[in-house]
Amino acid sequence: MANEAVKYVWEGAIPLQIHLHKSDVASHPSPPPALVLAPRIGYLPLLIPHIKPYFKDSLPPGEDSIWFDYKGVPLKWYIPTGVLFDLLCAEPERPWNLTVHFRGYPSNILIPCEGEDSVKWNFVNSLKEAQYIINGNCKNVMNMSQSDQEDLWTSVMNGDLDAYTKLSPKLKMATIEDEFSRKASLSSPQSRQGATEMDVAGQIKTARVPVRLYVRSINQDFENIEDVPGIDTWDDISYLNRPVEFLREEGKCFTLRNAIESLLPEFIGDRAQTSGEERSRDDDNTEEADGLLREMGEIKLARIQGIEMKLEIPFSWVVNNLMNPEFYLHISVLVKAPQR
Amino acid sequence: MNSGREVSDGRLTVEGFSVAARAFADKWKIHNQSFPPWSWVPLINRTLHLSNQEEGYLSLEEILILSSLEESPEDESLNVATDCLEKEESVDHTILVQNQENEAHYYDFHIVYSSSYKVPVLYFRGYCSGGQPLSLDVIKKDLPSCSVSLLHESKWTFITQEEHPYLNRPWFKLHPCGTEDWIKLLSQSSISTGCQMPVDLYLVSWFSVVGQVVGLRIPLEMLN
Repeated sequence: MANEAVKYVWEGAIPLQIHLHKSDVASHPSPPPALVLAPRIGYLPLLIPHIKPYFKDSLPPGEDSIWFDYKGVPLKWYIPTGVLFDLLCAEPERPWNLTVHFRGYPSNILIPCEGEDSVKWNFVNSLKEAQYIINGNCKNVMNMSQSDQEDLWTSVMNGDLDAYTKLSPKLKMATIEDEFSRKASLSSPQSRQGATEMDVAGQIKTARVPVRLYVRSINQDFENIEDVPGIDTWDDISYLNRPVEFLREEGKCFTLRNAIESLLPEFIGDRAQTSGEERSRDDDNTEEADGLLREMGEIKLARIQGIEMKLEIPFSWVVNNLMNPEFYLHISVLVKAPQR
Repeated sequence: MNSGREVSDGRLTVEGFSVAARAFADKWKIHNQSFPPWSWVPLINRTLHLSNQEEGYLSLEEILILSSLEESPEDESLNVATDCLEKEESVDHTILVQNQENEAHYYDFHIVYSSSYKVPVLYFRGYCSGGQPLSLDVIKKDLPSCSVSLLHESKWTFITQEEHPYLNRPWFKLHPCGTEDWIKLLSQSSISTGCQMPVDLYLVSWFSVVGQVVGLRIPLEMLN
């Protein structure tokens, strides 16, 4: 049963204003930009059938190899559109102005994209990886019939949550128990002996959560978020594709902050250190301790599905409600670097 | 996984990978001197100012392959040109182009840890002296014929073009399906005490299989 938050996630969309790159304009006058509403959980290449009609009369002759850029940065087509927006626009721009190219694919920077097939392959691959992380194997995805896989992909492409909800139980993904609710929300019996029965789609305390973390680091505080400079290249972003080890401790709530800090232990949290310094274990000198604290990095902003997250929210809620259809949680983070 | 010194389920922890990587690089240096050594690249992350010596990947770069016009079925290794006169220890193992007729192709290999699957993965790319990347079709021509047939016939080796996990560039990725299963098989056959494999030997064993697909063979001495 899809809950309300998941519905909002699936309905989330970003208004795009897409400009044809001037080197691709073979007509006079140049065409006006195309206005497209892009689903957050979708991918830019899937919009091409909607965009191309606007520009086809303006294009020079030859074969198309389509790619997008935002302020000169080529956009990675396999990252969900919503994540690109949250990450690249510190201050959300509405509509989001993108440039489309039909020639000159930057194949030294972007992996090739052969339309919908490439996007689908990327989706299924991510789904397999997520299942491997959650269940310890990806046999359910592998054993899914060809037509079920097709239908699942189609439901994501069309933003059809009802169709997706009917099909996703076939994946038998283990779930995380919501920490804030006392009673189990599923009617199936809970496994009490630990997470060994992975084929039972009940409430199992899964230990690993698929996360893709995109980190932008700044060196100073900014008054307004819109003053944060844009990125020049993808090298300005640190990308971490690694699972969060979900820790269940008596009486403690594992928060979103805990999750993010667990992925960046050298940077923030207990193990933060600046280069050249020894980690000090027994720090009796409070002055020195304060100095270390000042030098630690700080999470300034964490965005998921366009929402600026309060870091104290239970991580289990975040995962269960805000993950993408391939079962990955994409988190865009703005951090202030440790001061040296 | 129990003590961390042994692997029993075919998978590695991130710490295990560090240990296995250094052991692999050391053995390679001793037993495989026709190649330059592998180097460990720590994940020093520019934007986050991380200096994480524990995590990183293995790198073997600028391997020069001279596209050979002749078939040499006996020689099943890559046709690597080396400068035999180079005796000093230097980071830059300059390799000379011997034959001007052939176009020089360079290869970089990275062994990267996958935290999702808990196994190593091989990334590689080929390029010309001008830096232009080589397509997979061209790369296949550089591989020995047995490697190419391995690629075509086997159901478990897949080469895909994906983004390097740390370098923001397209690389080729070799990801054998079920790595943990055949590592377990390798452990069973070599050690009598069940399926235990010492962490030190993990990458050596792994590479003895994976390396063949890209034409890099390792001497048997490395498996001791």
